[in-house]
Amino acid sequence: MFRKLHDPGTDALTVLIDGVPVPAAVGESVAAVLLRQPQGWSRTTPVSQTPRAPYCMMGVCFECLIEVDGRGSVQGCMTPVENGMRIARQQGRRTLVA
Amino acid sequence: MSSHHTDLLIVGAGPAGMAAAVTARRQGLSVRVVDDQAAPGGQIWRGIETVAATPRLARLGEAYGAGAGSALAFRQSGAIYEPGAQLWQIEPGIRAFVTRDGRASSVTADALVLATGAQERPVPFPGWTLPGVLTVGAAQILLKTSDAIPDKPVWIAGCGPLPLLYMTQLLAAGGQIAGFLDTTPRGRLGASLRHLIQGLSQVGDLAKGLSWDVKLRRAGFPIVRYVTEIVAEGKERIERLRYRTASGQSGNVPAEVLLVHEGVVPNVHATLSLGCKMEWHAAQQCYRPSLDAWGETSQPRIFVAGDGAGIGGAQAAELRGRIAALRIAAQLGRISEGKAEEVAGGERRALKRALSLRPLLDAYYAPRPQVFAPPDETIVCRCEEVTAGDLRAQAIKGRPGPNQLKAFTRAGMGPCQGRQCGYTIAHILAAAQNRPVEEVGFYRIRPPLKPVTLGELASLDEPEQAA
Repeated sequence: MFRKLHDPGTDALTVLIDGVPVPAAVGESVAAVLLRQPQGWSRTTPVSQTPRAPYCMMGVCFECLIEVDGRGSVQGCMTPVENGMRIARQQGRRTLVA
Repeated sequence: MSSHHTDLLIVGAGPAGMAAAVTARRQGLSVRVVDDQAAPGGQIWRGIETVAATPRLARLGEAYGAGAGSALAFRQSGAIYEPGAQLWQIEPGIRAFVTRDGRASSVTADALVLATGAQERPVPFPGWTLPGVLTVGAAQILLKTSDAIPDKPVWIAGCGPLPLLYMTQLLAAGGQIAGFLDTTPRGRLGASLRHLIQGLSQVGDLAKGLSWDVKLRRAGFPIVRYVTEIVAEGKERIERLRYRTASGQSGNVPAEVLLVHEGVVPNVHATLSLGCKMEWHAAQQCYRPSLDAWGETSQPRIFVAGDGAGIGGAQAAELRGRIAALRIAAQLGRISEGKAEEVAGGERRALKRALSLRPLLDAYYAPRPQVFAPPDETIVCRCEEVTAGDLRAQAIKGRPGPNQLKAFTRAGMGPCQGRQCGYTIAHILAAAQNRPVEEVGFYRIRPPLKPVTLGELASLDEPEQAA
């Protein structure tokens, strides 16, 4: 959906989205990186399992909820990326894993 | 003094919060500023410290560049600054609970300035939950913080100065616009011009707005005026966009990204949770706290400054921040009441000037009626997926208010806590029950203001606090 205009150079880092390495830059949010991916969506809803993606980018819509480094329902737009961060799209309701 | 206590606690590091901090520090107060962003600047100056050192600054415009000086003054003020901090509970007294780096803590202060700014007014229409539909503000944040633009020609729909500003910034950055659906209703010019005289001192801002308009018209993309209805269609994401104008002209076009905007409203969740007296702002169609001439709420020593006090823009926000800080310095005995009055006099005159164009903008860009009356199939509560039709059906059963409707339908019960549906629901209730919207009221806002985990709660530093 979106593309980055400049090459991050020394600010470049890599995050993993659903296990796939993806380029990112220091200072941007998890949600900003998700909006550059071809899939378009970043979670499916607990109620009807329909796809959603970041909407407000300032922490007031909670559409960008995502799993970051094993923690569920983190606001992607309020979370700055870090090198090696493991990001996983949430699907439907959260389930308890034994 | 405990490391958890300061004279003044400020929530938010945008124009109002930073200006309040600088002024309070100058009067010798100890100041703590908690902010949910990673760097100072608020939404208007998002990423300013990083962007100021790059050539990207030029295409974002002068008003954005002005934030660099304010951020520097704030950094040098000596205030304790805690970025990346989520406020989730606040109590009169004054005690605040925040989470930072996965740990919760509580802090206390003798006075509080809420400088929590504004959010874009929710604009429900069929398909607004589809991936690829974002707010104009969201796209502007992506430009400021990520240097990112839509990768295909983008559709923009809405009303207000922000879409015009973003479109000029997008063109300067090399982006392409598929078309602009201007939702400003017909006849607004006449209604707003009667406010022109009082805004003459700010005529420079008006000229700036007109220059955007001229630039955009020359850019050659289609501009459709008086758009009243918008529908986004697609399976997994937006694929097509349908619209209709007041004169019945309609369109059906392919769209990959649609950006929408219908003005901004104050962030009032923290203010509401504190039980501060609120009032309905008819011209801006939103609630704002009832404040005295210093920005103090109905709760002693709790102040609101910036757009959280009613939409006024960055310049007014800084002035309101300074005025609140002066009063607090006087209340805490650091300066005399006379001295505070004397300094505040100049700030108040500047504030009056800064706000003088606002009535004209409010009248010209007042949201179209359709924003508050979406078709039945529209999802109103994005979190719990409750439609306008569901809400209308319940609204006539026993004259419920927003809190009862929440219990009946779950609307407003999701993680956003009504930030995206509160006003729409109030309008749906008002229309169904034939009473004024301000009489319907708003959700009762309770802590936690942001979701907090049990792990974070367990990390609360109570023993340290008692020591």
